[in-house]
Amino acid sequence: MVSRYDVELIALTKRYGESLAVDCISLRIPTASYCCLLGPSGCGKTSTLRMIAGHEAITEGDVLIRDANVAGLPPTRRGTAMMFQSYALFPHLSALDNVAFSLKMRGVTKAERHRRAREFLDLVRMADYAARLPAQLSGGQQQRIALARALIMQPSVFLLDEPLSALDPFLRVQMRQELKRLQRELKISFIHVTHSQEEAMALADLLVVMEGGRIRQSGTPREVFERPASEFIARFIGGHNVLPWKNGRIAVRADRCTLGAIDGRPRVAGRVAVIEYQGPVVRVALTTDDGGEAAALLSDEVFYRQSVGVGDPAILSWPAEAAHELMQ
Amino acid sequence: MTISSGKSGGEERPWTFYALAALFGAFLAFLYGPMLVIYVLSFQGPDGGVTFPMVGVSTSWFADIFKPGQMANIPVSFSRSITLATIVSLSTVAISVAAGLAFRRPFAGAGLVFYLAVASLVMPSLLVGFGIGLGFRFLGLEPGLFTSALAAQLTWTLPFGLFAMFAVVNRFDRSWEEAASDLGANSWQRLRHVTLPILAPGILGVAMMAFTLSYDEYARTTLTIGAKNTLPLEIYALISSATSPTLFAIGTLTTAVSFLLIAVTLLIVFYTQRRRGLIRAG
Repeated sequence: MVSRYDVELIALTKRYGESLAVDCISLRIPTASYCCLLGPSGCGKTSTLRMIAGHEAITEGDVLIRDANVAGLPPTRRGTAMMFQSYALFPHLSALDNVAFSLKMRGVTKAERHRRAREFLDLVRMADYAARLPAQLSGGQQQRIALARALIMQPSVFLLDEPLSALDPFLRVQMRQELKRLQRELKISFIHVTHSQEEAMALADLLVVMEGGRIRQSGTPREVFERPASEFIARFIGGHNVLPWKNGRIAVRADRCTLGAIDGRPRVAGRVAVIEYQGPVVRVALTTDDGGEAAALLSDEVFYRQSVGVGDPAILSWPAEAAHELMQ
Repeated sequence: MTISSGKSGGEERPWTFYALAALFGAFLAFLYGPMLVIYVLSFQGPDGGVTFPMVGVSTSWFADIFKPGQMANIPVSFSRSITLATIVSLSTVAISVAAGLAFRRPFAGAGLVFYLAVASLVMPSLLVGFGIGLGFRFLGLEPGLFTSALAAQLTWTLPFGLFAMFAVVNRFDRSWEEAASDLGANSWQRLRHVTLPILAPGILGVAMMAFTLSYDEYARTTLTIGAKNTLPLEIYALISSATSPTLFAIGTLTTAVSFLLIAVTLLIVFYTQRRRGLIRAG
């Protein structure tokens, strides 16, 4: 029977001495999905990834990969491959030999392993750089080599630890598309650890937000963005105003807010504190009368029709359906 | 190496710059002057003596080393020194690489073990040698080149080797090993194909250092060597009995050997480092 899940985490826990890095998390990653583990540093996302890879001992709980419990197995026998944050390319080997490394360890002949390695260099569009040493490659090129080196193992699950954080912003967007393309073509699951919500939203089929060693919310990026479960998630995901409302708090999407009172719509009053021109939108941030903060993302068109300045009193209103209550 | 150029900004250098430069110049003269004198005098003419002036120029004192007679022991002791230094070097590398890798993971008593090993550096060399020599006699063992002398030299080279390897291993990124495991290497393959090649330049440095430390070791060796001398011991014996420019010729020759060794090693290290881009070319 074909497994419905590539990876299942069952009550997975990691303790370093007294401190709890991962606190009893459970997660199912459907077959061939792009899963992003998103969270601030120290939230346990990297520890989780390393436990799946087998580079970190599991304190309690289990890791299932395609229905097989791999909790006690060494990294090679898990069917995973990992791309390290630093890429960890071997500095003394050429790009080709780096990619061919796993085949060499398995005793594949030189001619055969070089042939296969060239195929994977082709896959990541690095065929012209086969003879280069890692130090002779740019960051983006090194990353492609690291990708090819991991993918040649034909893993059933590919693990990526902050793969884009070392790249400049332009290259980051380009590699992001490349990763998504590879995932679709190879039809395997990618588990991608990141602290960038923008990256996670762009890539993920399944977005898992972690904090304090726990999973705080998981779902499609749209589900998470439209219904952030808590104040932490609303703030971390960005684009939301968190406002006190009646006996609790609500999250309101900043892009649904407008300036000026509209009959029948909920509102807050305050003064304009900051105006940021961002190209397609202008962000107008208010200090509300009760000392809080709220912002509206206005299209430039709308903004320039209204002409507000810093220090002006202003009212922020939104359609009722753009807000929802947050858990305490 | 970066040399900051205060001049380029059109600034006057303070007088302290010149004072310190003069001090450094004096230090260099003090360091290399006597050696330079020895190298020059080793080419003394056949009728010249151990001091200036030079009476012609010749290589006859070099030829003297290889003639039978008073200097007969020099080539033999030289080959002894080289053999011993090679063994010391290999043992130092094997032990300090293993220790360097082991010390990456904290274990109970790691600090104590480390300080015990390194304490040998602060013990007076003569006493260490004396102790080892006495110990051998006490146990009824014959001191010898490859037993007591080897052990005495290792007490000197190992702490240095450990220090150097700790520095080398410190810069070793753990994720290289994790990547190797991830890619299916067993622990032996990982050591053979990843760890050792990446550490190779550092290992070579340790090997060279241990070799030269052993090659000119005197204090620890003299009381543990037994009947057959190494080169430094032989030269010392000659200095007290004979005075001729042959001694200078020996000095020049042994220095040339050391320098050749260092040059070759540095070239290899420089070449591999540059290949790996740790030193950027141009």
